[in-house]
Amino acid sequence: MRKNPFGTVPERLDKNRYETDVEQSHIEIDQKAAAATGAGPLLVRVCPAHVYSQQADGTIGVLHAACLECGTCLAVAPPGVLKWHYPRSGMGIIFREG
Amino acid sequence: MNDVVTRDVDFDVIVVGAGVAGCVTAYQLATKGHSVMLVERGQSPGSKNLSGGVFYSRIMEEVLPGFIDEAPIERHITRNCLSFLSETSFVNVDYGDERLSKSVTAVSVLRARLDEWLATKCEEAGVMLMSGVKVDSLVMEEERIVGIRAGEDELMAHVVVAADGVNSFICRDAGIRNKEPLKYLAVGVKSVIGLPRNVIEERFNLTGDEGAAYAVVGDCTNGVGGGGFLYTNLESLSIGVVLRLDDLVSKEETSSELHDRFLTHPAIEPFLRGGELLEYGCHMVAEGGQAMVHDLTRPGLVVVGDAAGLTLNTGFTVRGMDLAAGSGVAAAKAIDAALSKGDFSKASLDAYCAELDKIFVGKDMRTYAKAPHFLENPRMYGAYGQLLSDVMYGVYNLDTTPRQRLVSGALGALKKSPLSLLQLVKDMYAAGRSL
Ligand SMILES: Cc1cc2nc3c(=O)[nH]c(=O)nc-3n(C[C@H](O)[C@H](O)[C@H](O)COP(=O)(O)OP(=O)(O)OC[C@H]3O[C@@H](n4cnc5c(N)ncnc54)[C@H](O)[C@@H]3O)c2cc1C
Ligand code: SF4
Repeated sequence: MRKNPFGTVPERLDKNRYETDVEQSHIEIDQKAAAATGAGPLLVRVCPAHVYSQQADGTIGVLHAACLECGTCLAVAPPGVLKWHYPRSGMGIIFREG
Repeated sequence: MNDVVTRDVDFDVIVVGAGVAGCVTAYQLATKGHSVMLVERGQSPGSKNLSGGVFYSRIMEEVLPGFIDEAPIERHITRNCLSFLSETSFVNVDYGDERLSKSVTAVSVLRARLDEWLATKCEEAGVMLMSGVKVDSLVMEEERIVGIRAGEDELMAHVVVAADGVNSFICRDAGIRNKEPLKYLAVGVKSVIGLPRNVIEERFNLTGDEGAAYAVVGDCTNGVGGGGFLYTNLESLSIGVVLRLDDLVSKEETSSELHDRFLTHPAIEPFLRGGELLEYGCHMVAEGGQAMVHDLTRPGLVVVGDAAGLTLNTGFTVRGMDLAAGSGVAAAKAIDAALSKGDFSKASLDAYCAELDKIFVGKDMRTYAKAPHFLENPRMYGAYGQLLSDVMYGVYNLDTTPRQRLVSGALGALKKSPLSLLQLVKDMYAAGRSL
């Protein structure tokens, strides 16, 4: 894999602007359903913002604050694994370029 | 069916989503004298929106005369380059034409700026803009859509316009549009790279506000259906990949790695060298073409733009903004007629579909109806890039072995490739019929 000169994904996301909803997450994962369907590795791969991560205890970590709101995870997740909706009014990513 | 309605409403029309489709619809209805509210979930219009960035903007001259001079556009696209990559090589078809600079048909844009400007134009025309408000659901009375719900609030209108983009949760939650199959969806992963103006002009051989657009196929997606794009802005480059979700899932690829693989390809990296990352983003793309265009009206509801599946990927160009604008024009015309009749039945609003069919939107969707199927052909994303580069290698690698004529060299390259001549001919025929 050739290295992107513009940094890792988290480093790149640091340059973005977000209005983070600290009170509630717009992503809910059903850990049991995720484990049963093996959805974890799929979510880790498809999300361009690396919101999902495989945890040592076998669960899937969710860093909702990094989300770019594309909806890809919801589209590919097996039924029952994710509850995903747009962040509350005015919250989330604020693209300055687009 | 004639059901004339005289209910109490807060606005004649509520438009959900201040992207290109929503802004054009709202603007046109306001200029026709109707009361219009435009609701946008982002803090400011454009702050949730992302595109590759080439707007085939002729339609905007009809909507907002002087668009090219006044809107915050970046560059006028005068150079179009189709680039076939293999892992280590590229073959380009580079097309520049003075005619393209004399009559501007394509411009590069950055949506955060464009959409904000469009929404300001709407306000000037009398539209009530509500930014930073997410619509949670449609308010329905039996089959009829009568308004919107946001938090505790309900607002009523004769017609609601769903201009809420490719995911259109408000239509999905109301059971109007189902979740689309994965092969009709793609994710675009994009970086905006800042570079000084003169560096961009030198690297892409441009003067003044001229711009270049590269459409890239082959190795850039490592066999996943989709492609890469590289567009010039005034002082930045828009670069990224579009990845079809069915392939992304089945080929076990990682979206961010495919993006990085493209940016670091030896044919691409020199363009970006020394640049500064300004933004990293992603967004869903509708890829189904005509097959995704369905359920465009309900009593009291019209669906426009990406929410209606109006996007075209022809392999050379991704088009959605022009179709969004066109659908806004068609919707405004139909809604204006419905308002003057006081008839908001499905039959009355179906004038929108008829109008779409009449203009370039419906016509182009039909012309390219076979394109998504053609672009599902996996050979587009692997073998052809390699074949082309092997042919070119044979021509230019003058290693003192005797040269073959181009055709026999090409046939030799074809023999080495996993493609058969029959397949090549078949694919070329299919390309001719679908693109
Ligand atoms: C990577 C990529 C590259 C592309 N390249 C090109 C290109 O080069 N040329 C081209 O013409 N097209 C391109 N497209 C397609 C183009 O971006 C879309 O077709 C276009 O943006 C559609 O406009 P729209 O107004 O229908 O939807 P959008 O631009 O998505 O606007 C929808 C709006 O609705 C708002 N919204 C959504 N839900 C709610 C809610 N519940 N409440 C309130 N507001 C809501 C959103 O915040 C947004 O402002 C590309 C797309 C992508 C992702
Ligand atoms: S919506 Fe997109 S960015 Fe957000 S978590 Fe899902 S895949 Fe990642």
